[in-house]
Amino acid sequence: MSDVSFVRTEMLPQQAPPATSVGLVGWSRENLFSGPVNSILTILSLIFIYFVISGVLHWAISPTWAATSLGECREMIAAAYGEGAGHKACWGVIRERWLQLMYGFYPPYPVVPSANFGAAPEGAWPAFFRPNLAFVLLVLAVVPVLFSNLPRKMLWITAAFPFLLPWLLWGGTLWTPILVALGFVIGYLVMRFAAPVVGTIAGFILAVAVPLLWWGFAIGPLADAFSSVLPLAIPEVQSRDFGGFMLSITIGVVAIGCSLPLGILLALGRQSNLLILRSICIGFIEFIRGVPLITLLFVASTLLNIFLPPGTNFDIILRVMIMVTLFAAAYMAEVIRGGLAALPKGQYEGADSLGLNYWQAQRLIIMPQALKISIPGIVSTFIGVFKDTTLVSIIGLLDPIGLSNSIRADQAWNGIVWELYGFIAVLFFIFCFSMSRYSMYLERKLQTGHR
Amino acid sequence: MSELAVDTEIDRSKLKVSDEIAIQITNMNKWYGTFHVLRDINLTVNRGERIVIAGPSGSGKSTMIRCINRLEEHQSGQIVVDGIELTSDLKNIDKIRSEVGMCFQHFNLFPHLTILENCTLAPIWVRKVPKKEAEETAMHFLEKVKIPDQALKYPGQLSGGQQQRVAIARSLCMKPKIMLFDEPTSALDPEMIKEVLDTMIELAHEGMTMLCVTHEMGFARQVANRVIFMDQGQIVEQNEPEEFFNNPKSERTKLFLSQILGH
Ligand SMILES: Nc1ncnc2c1ncn2[C@@H]1O[C@H](COP(=O)(O)OP(=O)(O)OP(=O)(O)O)[C@@H](O)[C@H]1O
Ligand SMILES: [Mg+2]
Repeated sequence: MSDVSFVRTEMLPQQAPPATSVGLVGWSRENLFSGPVNSILTILSLIFIYFVISGVLHWAISPTWAATSLGECREMIAAAYGEGAGHKACWGVIRERWLQLMYGFYPPYPVVPSANFGAAPEGAWPAFFRPNLAFVLLVLAVVPVLFSNLPRKMLWITAAFPFLLPWLLWGGTLWTPILVALGFVIGYLVMRFAAPVVGTIAGFILAVAVPLLWWGFAIGPLADAFSSVLPLAIPEVQSRDFGGFMLSITIGVVAIGCSLPLGILLALGRQSNLLILRSICIGFIEFIRGVPLITLLFVASTLLNIFLPPGTNFDIILRVMIMVTLFAAAYMAEVIRGGLAALPKGQYEGADSLGLNYWQAQRLIIMPQALKISIPGIVSTFIGVFKDTTLVSIIGLLDPIGLSNSIRADQAWNGIVWELYGFIAVLFFIFCFSMSRYSMYLERKLQTGHR
Repeated sequence: MSELAVDTEIDRSKLKVSDEIAIQITNMNKWYGTFHVLRDINLTVNRGERIVIAGPSGSGKSTMIRCINRLEEHQSGQIVVDGIELTSDLKNIDKIRSEVGMCFQHFNLFPHLTILENCTLAPIWVRKVPKKEAEETAMHFLEKVKIPDQALKYPGQLSGGQQQRVAIARSLCMKPKIMLFDEPTSALDPEMIKEVLDTMIELAHEGMTMLCVTHEMGFARQVANRVIFMDQGQIVEQNEPEEFFNNPKSERTKLFLSQILGH
């Protein structure tokens, strides 16, 4: 026994690791030069990156900010670098048209629709005050949803935002959004007080029907009546003036915001035991997924007018929003169904065995987990939808792509390509990349141990 | 399959069984598709009874106790739990489920909620207990299963035995009248089995009506007042534990016991 026994008499102090395994040297040794093949690949990649970056910089660094046409650009470049400077960017187009790329033909001062961007006319709000305020409100409405450590009171902004957004952008009387919001309150009250009397299903139908009647028939006259007493109105802006990035964001935000709840309902409907409900959901999802978005947009822009009773004025942007939302919701439903399928059956049984009813179990147990599993898919769908909003250019809406077509058709800028599309790409990239980063943050945050 | 995994002494004479009926199953049948999984089950359970259900794999033990809280639906016959008949009426089902606690082989804790939230969820949403009160109750039962210090952790951070004890505490927070256990220890290591069985014995002491599917025959001998042996979807034999183990009547029971206790 004695030759295997060992007793440590002195504890070893902690030592710093050798220099070759820490710091820049250690890191590059491990990650870049860990063997001959890796070293060669690293060097080749560095050369490649160098060529790409130097090429882009050579193109981008170009003192053409002040140019007012492509010809002027060429002269400026020739003056600065001499003939044969190679392909260089012409930034004048961005300076001249960036407002248009952002807001389309939205009037900077809706009070004086004819006024151009510049010094604000008498009594007008600052230029583009309404869309800018809407954007700020959007941020304020979204952050409390995204970050749960912000004050919960901010959720009131989130609740009010869907009603304020159309009012700020399209204008009109403030009574309309107030009365629309009241419709939801009415629906809730009907559900709350009528359902115990007439039964759950009848109560639910009433709670949907009464607000629909309210929105359809009561709101218009009531808004007129109220505004004749107290106008509370801001100047109206027509849908055809909407455009640019503002239009993309508006359509994207509405589609993203509505497609998630709709997708959840569709996914649940698809799993339901009720045959008819399930068939409707499956039919809807498969139909929408089987048809290109562009077809749906054409339906929105032309066909719908044929089906609607003549004389109805059904806004084109609203129609597009509905189509994009339905399209996104079908994909969302399938993504969420994947999350639901990944949940072990035991979670349903655990919830059931405690006496939670269907909606409680879904809301408290199933959905939080299913949505968490589906975060990457959900965010991919969001990003896809946001980028797909550029397709509205094909039906003639002036989103950045639509505008870039008309800018390139302008004589002064005929032939310009990279600058415009690069600018648009960067704007889209900022939004899509933030969504992607947020999804990673959320996944990390919701990590609660293995399983 | 341990012969006697528990060492907590239990005084059976103190465990009273009342005359009141807790569960009554009459002529109950169930099919999975065309497979007749439960055949003509008749069982009456009085308040305070501790029943152990044993039988070979696939004999329908789980299915039977899952019928009692409608995790599975029976197709014919009658099940009356706590005076309420199980029909397709959702209100009755939710009512019965809130009176009947259940522990599963794989615990089925909610991994996205802390231990405390797992325990307070159903009282708050089903029983409408104020949050503070629910938390006090939860801490009381977590103390009882001896893990109050884990209250703010997530299930994924606990050992299997601890998770199963949380699952028991979670059920107890609903103050159930009946507890169902479906192989609560068969996913656990031996030393964890003991801590879970000790918790269950303590429950038995307090007069809880318990139905327990288990292979822990030591537990059956010590705690149960009745052992039920099932095979091929039928109740083949039931008796007091002494008689059941020492003097089995049916050939199938003898074979089963020799297999499970033999080695
Ligand atoms: N959802 C299902 N669909 C079809 N057959 C099933 C289903 N669940 C169980 N069965 C079958 O019913 C029979 C009884 O299953 P059950 O789970 O009740 O057995 P058990 O006695 O609990 O077995 P074990 O000891 O292995 O848990 C088995 O033959 C099983 O294959
Ligand atoms: Mg089983």
